[in-house]
Amino acid sequence: MANKTGYAAHLRAYLTGYVLSVVLTLAAFWAVIAVGRENKSVLLLVGLLGVAQLVVQLKYFLNVTTQKEGRDNLALVLFSTLILLIIVLGTAWIMGNLAVRMHTTM
Amino acid sequence: MNGNPSTNNPSVSPGEVPGAIHKDPDVVIFGFWVFMMSDLIFFGVVFAIYITMIGATAGGPGPRELFDFGSLFAQTMLLLTSSLTVGIATVTMKHQRSQASFLFWVVVTLILGLGFLALELYDFSEMAAKGGVPQRSGYLSAFFGLVPLHGLHVSFGCLWMLVLIAQIWKVGMLDIIKLRFLRLALFWHFLDLIWIGIFSVVYFGGWVYG
Repeated sequence: MANKTGYAAHLRAYLTGYVLSVVLTLAAFWAVIAVGRENKSVLLLVGLLGVAQLVVQLKYFLNVTTQKEGRDNLALVLFSTLILLIIVLGTAWIMGNLAVRMHTTM
Repeated sequence: MNGNPSTNNPSVSPGEVPGAIHKDPDVVIFGFWVFMMSDLIFFGVVFAIYITMIGATAGGPGPRELFDFGSLFAQTMLLLTSSLTVGIATVTMKHQRSQASFLFWVVVTLILGLGFLALELYDFSEMAAKGGVPQRSGYLSAFFGLVPLHGLHVSFGCLWMLVLIAQIWKVGMLDIIKLRFLRLALFWHFLDLIWIGIFSVVYFGGWVYG
């Protein structure tokens, strides 16, 4: 398809995003069910697959790209992600540390 | 509808094109992005509470007893597919295909969204039947603070779709309605992004560490 802004090209972008998302979702479910709860490092794999799917959907569904038209949104998303990580990881760090020092079972 | 839709609207001055967009569409869309990112931070705080509450079951039922991965997978697929169909509707609209095909994809999205909500409510009732109610423990309070918050967003997305369908039926595909639909599509894709976090962190994370 030579025309990158045509109907078929737009449609194919959504379909590509969908197929990739389905594959990544299946991989995450398969990993958890196959590995089970005994090996906690499975969550690392689930996390990576989740981040990969976030990137896929941002690119193909929400059109957040490094191209000119998507760059303002990219800057906004990256800044919000920074704030989000500070809040979530900061909370988990502080409360986890507190739980260890208070000898509560986590 | 009798004639010009703007005639009964005092906020629209006479002589204006009905349904015309008065602001730069790019600015409107960017503003909606800013709203979504503030909503993301809101979700992030509730995720953080959930993470700190994993294990705080106070002797009540936990993830091992309560989670149903079959239903979770079905919900994930319904929401993901609805994200595709709302995208197809967007493409149909941008390339000015027939209004009927556009409405078809919006209705498909609506049905998938309602299917997701029905399965989620069924899950919650199954959890409640096993004693998994919000007031049972800190863990369950955090769970029911987060997952139904996403469900509430999906419910309002469905309501938004119904309102847009009614508006299109009444006045047709005006430019301003197209711009509203673009924001709805962004909102709907955004809800699927949040759902990736929910099945990864809330369900899988809770199940492994709970």
